[in-house]
Amino acid sequence: MPRTIIEKIWDSHVVYEREGAPALLYIDLHLVHEVTSPQAFQGLRERGLKVRRPDLTVATMDHSIPTTDRSLPIVDEIAARQVAQLETNCREFGIPLHGIQSEHQGIVHVIGPELGLTQPGMTVVCGDSHTATHGAFGALAFGIGTSEIEHVLATQCLLQRKSKTLQVTVDGTLKPCVSAKDIILALIARIGIGGGTGSIIEYNGSAIRALSMEERMTVCNMTIEAGARAGLVAPDDTTFEYLHGRRHAPKGADWDAAVARWKHLASDAGAAYDHTVAIDAGALEPMITFGTNPGMGVPISAPVPEPAEMADPGEREALTQALEYMGIEGGKPLVGHPVNVVFIGSCTNSRISDLRTAARLLKGRKVNPKVRVLVVPGSQEVKRQAIAEGLPEIFRAAGAEWREPGCSMCIAMNGDSVAAGEYSVSTSNRNFEGRQGKGARTFLASPLTAAASAITGVVTDVRTLL
Amino acid sequence: MKFQSLESRMVPLPQRNIDTDQIIPARFLKTISKEGLGDNLFCDWRYDAAGKPRPDFILNQPRAKGAQVLLAGDNFGCGSSREHAPWALVQFGFRALISTSFADIFRANALKNGLLPVIVPADVHAALFEAVARDQDVKVRIDLPGQTLTIPDGRKVQFPVDSFAKHCLLEGVDEIGYTLQQAAEIAAFEARRVGSVNTLAPAR
Repeated sequence: MPRTIIEKIWDSHVVYEREGAPALLYIDLHLVHEVTSPQAFQGLRERGLKVRRPDLTVATMDHSIPTTDRSLPIVDEIAARQVAQLETNCREFGIPLHGIQSEHQGIVHVIGPELGLTQPGMTVVCGDSHTATHGAFGALAFGIGTSEIEHVLATQCLLQRKSKTLQVTVDGTLKPCVSAKDIILALIARIGIGGGTGSIIEYNGSAIRALSMEERMTVCNMTIEAGARAGLVAPDDTTFEYLHGRRHAPKGADWDAAVARWKHLASDAGAAYDHTVAIDAGALEPMITFGTNPGMGVPISAPVPEPAEMADPGEREALTQALEYMGIEGGKPLVGHPVNVVFIGSCTNSRISDLRTAARLLKGRKVNPKVRVLVVPGSQEVKRQAIAEGLPEIFRAAGAEWREPGCSMCIAMNGDSVAAGEYSVSTSNRNFEGRQGKGARTFLASPLTAAASAITGVVTDVRTLL
Repeated sequence: MKFQSLESRMVPLPQRNIDTDQIIPARFLKTISKEGLGDNLFCDWRYDAAGKPRPDFILNQPRAKGAQVLLAGDNFGCGSSREHAPWALVQFGFRALISTSFADIFRANALKNGLLPVIVPADVHAALFEAVARDQDVKVRIDLPGQTLTIPDGRKVQFPVDSFAKHCLLEGVDEIGYTLQQAAEIAAFEARRVGSVNTLAPAR
């Protein structure tokens, strides 16, 4: 029977399956960060257990660390204790750690791929919902809670039920200024933030094939914002080219053997999916969110919906509350709305291609003096590459802040935050109430839209600047 | 934590798509412990800028005291994977949640903490909100062995629960202990797949 890539990866990782119980699924790569892991390590300690496969486990720090000068101690005592705890845990349990001073430190979903840890056909987990990012490599990658982290540390396995499959086909050619971020924001706006619940998504179609690995990561990253735990793209030459020569990628004859295996991962012709959604890439515009969840998005030139248009009373109520929190009115486009902060970063859009895109627009221009602009590279490697290309000078000359790598203003745990009532255009993944700081109001958009809005000081359709 | 059955008043929170950032804001995730989260459950809805409880928020009202059931809008628990969300709900005193749907990661996390997500059809969901609006003291009964929810009008409604999760909740099965018993099978799997399957261990 023809199988999807999802079923192929699943089948090759089932340790065993017994009547009435979930499958025991083997995990190839477990990524760990400081925020969701301390209680799991404590659990191991209380049980007197070791980590079964420290060699398949890699840790870094990203969420609660400052993005300011790393030679200084962390001022926030609670964050400092959490970071120190991860160091202790990794030392005690023998787990490799890319700590705050490491040349490989970065956002966990940025460093996994760039170190070549994430490979096609793998099962990858992390105590973070944006683990879906790694699906870009044709890996089955999903976020887990702390109890499951402890379970994987102790057994290198998870008890899992099979999910449904959702095929998202994106065919056609993107118009200029329309990016991977706009594809995923359009999908979430279309199927809703619960549209993928219970499913794993496979992205395919000519527009997905045409994306670079970094762009595929942007798409897969926000799969969770549609409710699906995992989303993946079958590996192809783009994938192999990206991986070749990376630190943990197979070398020599092992590489050839691996590529030969990976080529069999793609879904078989005629494989069946539980659901299918088709998107016409050529019809997409730059997207922006106006509300308090990532599904509340519109093409940037389109009006924000009005509650009165909503037939469903629940939807009407949700929209009314969202617009009230956001302090905006329906019925007109967001273009021209004043902006206080622009954030370019996060596991969605902090890779070198994102920074290059923003820098191209900002080069020779100034950001609006009323706007605070933060550019936060996803990793030390991204930072080094950006420096080699002279990007920090472009950002600084434009009036933006250039920071140290981390999650920063996406989750606002580390002191980088948007003040109550202020508006940000953010390249991150969540616009939930208070996500970027208590009372903060977030418009999610692509790096291009963010950079354009930084220049003008208002929400801007980048196409009007070119 | 075990779960058998309970009878309780409900705390209605009708908003749809309540995300885990609302349940417990990220700034409380810097803790290295599971404790002390209940006081900050729904923090930004529950307290004003000065940190005083907002009297109009339902968790601050007498009716929430002792209630074990949260009646929530559609798609409860979306967003971040933080298990701090179910920890905070349990520490506040909740043992069950009723909604039409729950986000996948949240649902898994809740079940591992003895917090039972009860999925009901839209008509039952609406009937429960109506019942609790008429009389805030109405009770529901949740019976896990029979997988039934008894609603205030006396109707018994079946709800789905994963059979293994149900077994674990009823018997207090520790999942890690369960999987550790399969250590030989895991070792055999590891031995079987070296160099033969479609993945490679990360090189050191």
